[in-house]
Amino acid sequence: MHGLKVIFKKELADHFSSYRFLILFSLICMVSLIIAYMVSMTIKNEMKDIAKPQFVFLMLFISQGGLFSFVQFVAFFGPLIGLIMGFDLINRERNEGTLSRILAQPIYRDAVINGKFLAGVVTISIMIASIVLVITGLGLILMGVVPGIDEILRILVYMIISIVYISFWLGVAILFSIIFRSVTTSALAGLAVWIFFSFFVSLGANIVAKAFVPDAGPDNLEALLKQITIQRAISLSSPIILYSDATATIVDPTKKTTRSFVFVGPFEKLSSERFSGPLSLHQSLLIVLPYIITLIAITAICFAISYIVFMRQEIRSA
Amino acid sequence: MVVEEKAIIETENLTKVYKGQVAVDHVTFKVFEGEVFGFLGPNGAGKTTLILMLLGLTEPTEGMARVLGVDPVREAIKVKGLIGYMPENMGFYNDLDAIQMLKFMADLNGLPRHIADERIEKALYTVGLENEAKKKIGAYSRGMRQRLGLAELIVKEPKVAFLDEPTLGLDPDATNKMIELIENLSKEQRMTIILCSHFLEMVQKLCSRMRIIIKGKMVAQGTMETLAKEKFGVDSEEYTLEEIYMKYFQEEA
Ligand SMILES: Nc1ncnc2c1ncn2[C@@H]1O[C@H](COP(=O)(O)OP(=O)(O)O)[C@@H](O)[C@H]1O
Ligand SMILES: [Mg+2]
Repeated sequence: MHGLKVIFKKELADHFSSYRFLILFSLICMVSLIIAYMVSMTIKNEMKDIAKPQFVFLMLFISQGGLFSFVQFVAFFGPLIGLIMGFDLINRERNEGTLSRILAQPIYRDAVINGKFLAGVVTISIMIASIVLVITGLGLILMGVVPGIDEILRILVYMIISIVYISFWLGVAILFSIIFRSVTTSALAGLAVWIFFSFFVSLGANIVAKAFVPDAGPDNLEALLKQITIQRAISLSSPIILYSDATATIVDPTKKTTRSFVFVGPFEKLSSERFSGPLSLHQSLLIVLPYIITLIAITAICFAISYIVFMRQEIRSA
Repeated sequence: MVVEEKAIIETENLTKVYKGQVAVDHVTFKVFEGEVFGFLGPNGAGKTTLILMLLGLTEPTEGMARVLGVDPVREAIKVKGLIGYMPENMGFYNDLDAIQMLKFMADLNGLPRHIADERIEKALYTVGLENEAKKKIGAYSRGMRQRLGLAELIVKEPKVAFLDEPTLGLDPDATNKMIELIENLSKEQRMTIILCSHFLEMVQKLCSRMRIIIKGKMVAQGTMETLAKEKFGVDSEEYTLEEIYMKYFQEEA
C-alpha cells in the first residue's frame, strides 16, 4: 500500500507544478468566466421587470450566453482535459528509464497505474470544483442570485458526473500510454477516439437509423419514433452523448434531453416535449443513475484493460 | 584455511528466450557474500537480461534463480526490497533535484523519514554531489547521474547491488572516480556487488571473480588466474585480461 501512496503524492505534485496543468486550468477558467459573464448579463437584462424564473442559478451553467453553455463546453472539451493529462503518463517514464527504476523498488506494479490514475482523478476533481465555485461566485456578484438547496444538490451531482466523465478519458489516455511506446502515437490515438465519439457516432447513428427505417414524411409519427429509438440506442455507445444526456437531465430540469451543440438534431425537440413541468431532483436522479453507472462501468473496463496489459508487459527501457 | 562461504545468488540453467531469440542460454552460477562479481561481455550478450531476471523484472523462460534465498519470480517484491539496482540508462526524473529524487526512492522503499534524511546527506557527500544536491537532475552530466545512482544504493543499503554498465559513456577521470566509489560500496558498505560491463579495465580492477558471457552463453568463469590457466595453461601475468577476452570473443563469434 505504501507504494500507491508515494506514487500518488508524487503524481499529484507533478500535476500541480506542471505548466501543462497551469495552461489547461487557465484556459478553462478563462472560457468559463466569459460564458458566466455573458450569461449573467443576459439574464440580468431579461429579469429586470419580470418575476424571478425557476432555476436562475442553474441557468449560469446551461444558458448559451454567446456560443455555447458551460455544460456543453465541458462535454466537448472535457475529453481533451483527460487526454492531455494522461497521454504520456507511462510511456514517458518508460522511455526515460524511470519506470524500470521505480519498478525495481519493493512496490506492486499496479501501484504505479493506480497512483497515477488516482492523482489524475483528484486533480480533475479540484479543477472542476474550483471552476464551479468561480462561476457561482461570479453569478452571486453579477446577478445577486443565491442558489437554493435543490440547485446546489444538482450542481454537486453534475460535478460528480463530470469528474467520472473526464476520468474516463484519463483512463483512455493511460491505456494508450501503456500500449504505445511513442508519446506522439498515444496522443494521436487518444485524439482519434475523441473525434470518433464526438462526430462519427452521432452521424453514424443518424445514417444507420435512416437505413433501417426509411423516411416516411413528417406525418408518419411511428416511423419517426422508431428512427429516434435506433438513433438514440446507437448514440449512447458514445461516452460524450452519455454524459451530455445525463448532465442535461440533472442541471436542466425543464428540458430533459438537450444534447450538446454538436449533436442537436431535429428529433430532440420532439422527445423534449414529453414532459411539461420540471423534474424533481429525485426524478432526475432516477433518470441519470443508469447513465452514471454506465460511465463508471466503461471507466472500470478501460482501467481493467490497462491493468492487464501493464501487468504482462516487459519493462525494459532500451 | 577454508572459509565457509554463503552463496548469495544461485542460478541453475537460467534461460530467457525472446520470440525465438535466445538472450540468456542456460546460465548456472553462484555469487558469494562480499564478492565483487563481474559479467563481461560484448553488447547484446544478455547481461542486462540476466540481471533483470534476478531482480524479478523479467520472467525467465526456463531455469531457476535464488537471490538471498528468495525466488525472484514468486516473491519479486521481497527480492526488490533486499537488493539495489543501478540500471544502465540512468533514468531519473529530470525536474527533481538530487535530494527530492533520493527521498522519493527512499519513500518507495518505506524508509522512515529521519533515517532517510540522514542517509541521503551521507550518500550525497560520499559520491561528491553535496554541492549539486539542489540542482535539477536534468542539468546533471552523465558522470553526475551515474554517481547519483550510487548514492541511491548508499541510501537503500541493500545486501546486494546490481550495477549495469556503471561506467558507460564516462571519461577516464569519471571512470576512475566511479571505480573508487564502487570499491567503497564493497568495502565500507559491505555490499555484495554484481556488475556487468563490456569495459575490461574496470572489471579487471574491481572484480575478484568474473564471467565472460557471449551470445547468452557463459563461456568462462573464475578468477583471472583460473581463466588463464584453464584455457591456455599459463599464468595470468603473461596474459592481460583483454587478450583472454578477445580470445574468447573471437572463438565464439
Ligand atoms: N524485449 C525484447 N524483445 C526481443 N529481444 C530482446 C528484448 N530485449 C532484449 N532482447 C535481445 O536480447 C539480447 C540480449 O540483450 P541484453 O540483455 O540487453 O544485452 P546486453 O545487456 O548484454 O547488451 C539482445 O540480442 C537483444 O536484442
Ligand atoms: Mg545491457
